[in-house]
Amino acid sequence: MTRLTTSSQLNLLRKEILARGEPGRLYITICSGTGCRAYASETVRAAFAQEIEKQCLENKIELKGTGCHGFCEKGPLVVIYPEGILYVQVKVQDVSEIVTQTIHRKIVERLLFVDPLSGEKILHEEDVPFYRHQYRLVLGNNSRIDPKRIEDYIALDGYSALAKVLFEMSPEEVIEQVKYSNLRGRGGGGFPTGRKWEECRHAPGTIKYVMVNADEGDPGAYMDRSLLEGNPHSVLEGLTIGAYAIGAHEGYIYVRQEYPLAVENVNIALDQARKLGLLGQNILGSGFDFDVKVHRGAGAFVSGESSALMTALEGKVGEPRPKYIHTIVSGLWNRPSNLNNVETWANIPLIINRGAAWFASIGTKGSTGTKIFSLVGKVTNTGLVEVPMGTSLKDIIYKIGGGILNGKKFKAVQTGGPSGGCIPERLIDSPVDFDELTRLGSMMGSGGMIVMDEDTCMVDTARYFLDFLAEESCGKCTPCREGIDQMLAILIDITEGKGELGDLGLLEEIAEVTQDASLCALGQTAANPVLSTIQYFRDEYKAHIDEKRCPAGVCKALLSFYIEPEKCRACLRCLKNCPSEAIVGGKNQIHVIDQEKCIRCGICFDVCPDKFRAVLKLSGVPVPPSLPVEGRTIIRKRTAS
Amino acid sequence: MSPKTTKIMQIANQPDDGEIDRILYTYGGDKSSLIQILLDAQSTFHWLPQNVLRRISEQLGIALSEVYRTASFYKALSLVPRGRHLIRICMGTACHVRGSPRILGKIEQFLNIRAGETTRDMRFSLERVNCLGCCALGPVIVVDGEAHGNLTPAEVEGILNRYE
Repeated sequence: MTRLTTSSQLNLLRKEILARGEPGRLYITICSGTGCRAYASETVRAAFAQEIEKQCLENKIELKGTGCHGFCEKGPLVVIYPEGILYVQVKVQDVSEIVTQTIHRKIVERLLFVDPLSGEKILHEEDVPFYRHQYRLVLGNNSRIDPKRIEDYIALDGYSALAKVLFEMSPEEVIEQVKYSNLRGRGGGGFPTGRKWEECRHAPGTIKYVMVNADEGDPGAYMDRSLLEGNPHSVLEGLTIGAYAIGAHEGYIYVRQEYPLAVENVNIALDQARKLGLLGQNILGSGFDFDVKVHRGAGAFVSGESSALMTALEGKVGEPRPKYIHTIVSGLWNRPSNLNNVETWANIPLIINRGAAWFASIGTKGSTGTKIFSLVGKVTNTGLVEVPMGTSLKDIIYKIGGGILNGKKFKAVQTGGPSGGCIPERLIDSPVDFDELTRLGSMMGSGGMIVMDEDTCMVDTARYFLDFLAEESCGKCTPCREGIDQMLAILIDITEGKGELGDLGLLEEIAEVTQDASLCALGQTAANPVLSTIQYFRDEYKAHIDEKRCPAGVCKALLSFYIEPEKCRACLRCLKNCPSEAIVGGKNQIHVIDQEKCIRCGICFDVCPDKFRAVLKLSGVPVPPSLPVEGRTIIRKRTAS
Repeated sequence: MSPKTTKIMQIANQPDDGEIDRILYTYGGDKSSLIQILLDAQSTFHWLPQNVLRRISEQLGIALSEVYRTASFYKALSLVPRGRHLIRICMGTACHVRGSPRILGKIEQFLNIRAGETTRDMRFSLERVNCLGCCALGPVIVVDGEAHGNLTPAEVEGILNRYE
């Protein structure tokens, strides 16, 4: 790779790359994101390489590992280009058939996606309902490029926005464009990005910093990881444009060490960009200098908060500090610092290339553009979903997500991570944007969307989030440290059947103080999961407190398991699997659970064969007395021989 | 510290100064790289014994108390040795609603340790993590980097028995 010293050299390189790809060439692409890797996609990829070599097709078929496509439910995903044929759940044993059929331009019918509603097989990736209802502006290129090759990104107009900014726009004009686009921060707060940049540009000081927040800590959210893994150059290009607009020459990417592939791909991207002169001294011969360092986070949720993140970049313990002076003015090393989330940065090249007016025309008035959500939990199609702001929850969960897993009943959707809230079924028609979600007592957060069904207990959900936050609170300020602990103690009591009258009032009181008096956003929003579940699911709390009953059958202390004697066929399955030897019985002896020994793990309930369904989960009702020993023998009718 | 942990710490390897210095060298003695150095030491030695913390403190000129504070603050850093196999159980929200607490209970009961601990025979360490980002597989555990998804408590024993 030779260093590019002018913008026209970049254009020339793009033309060269495009000329290399013959029209109509066959590509087999396989998703190499973390989700598909967990389904052994790398083994499948190796098998493809071997098979292509074995059939001597290296000149006819090109194999490519791409970023995350988003449809993680059906991984490993394989797409054949130029036709765009999608094969789902591809295994090593399917590889040879795919290669043979592909070269003959035929289709492997059995690996096509089957629409669960119509039962029809769907040939092209874009026609699968999961993709058809999305608008994949930011995520779309993930499936088209190999994240380890800068050429792939450049071929798709990559770095053209940077060239445009460096040679045709002043920093002020860039900020004007971003302001006009009304882009708001995708990391949680939803602060207008352009205004943030402007404040940082005007903040006193000559040395300034720009940073990427890739400390994606919300459990159940992984869109930032997928972008950074799958299309690192889009983030890097956005960051460099931001640096130019703000007047920064040093940048940082703060990424969790739990994302090893993202760290790897970002480092490769940085290297390649430096070699091409798209990063470093005198970028594209424009005179603008900018370089980036990668910092790995060591596993602390609170370090994703802006002041904490900057403290961590200085090598100290990543705890927040009071923000009387905003980090925009005094952040890293007490200098003006602009921190934006991965997805925010990745939107910037789009705004520059296609115009702020175009961007502002997508979405709603207050929330423009698209948003990536990670749609997870009890939903049929788990994966990453990108839709215009303002799309209804219902469309996301049903049209794209395919509804609730195993035909169960929808109960709530949790958005905004541990700082967010649960939105009940009756509000499912609500449009999703920053302001609407806040109005409903939740928040956008980074875009986690966890679907819950009738088997999810809302008190347990609140307890889960408080448990998470209690562990992650740094303990520096009292309202957060003690407030969360006390709310958690009350919630544990309620889930263990020790809830008392007045607990709900007390929870609301502590919640208010924690919200008002905590130092950083972790504490200020910690009460949201409690308040939103009390607001929308008060009945469920009441059932736990007044009747000692868990309606969803989740809270262990309020459950009992019982084997219905009429249904038990003495198959020994539960007896053999019971970890606490609580099941009494034997061959031809109806099984009985010893309630004293039972640890309520529910394994008997899981393993009891569907044809018997003898194990019952009881809550809020006494366990029926067990059958006397003499009556337990099953007399089986012998079939006439 | 429990007697069990103390025993494990005695038998675990103590890296020598040369090995620690090799890591320090790559960062050129830069104080702001403390967290990065600790992460590298963690992945090389699988834990952070006392002498590693002391050496880092001396070489970087950072008070030992500060190094210890950092090492004990972050979840990825461990002050006790880890076993031959590391089980990471995802406790993220998606896995939680799909039943991860029951998987955790089963593993804890089967191995007779709590999350964050190591078995007496140094065979397994059990660690809770907040999201592995493969939510489609939930509930999921990752043993030595190998993912096992859509688990039920009844399958746990069979899977763990594959790791010697």
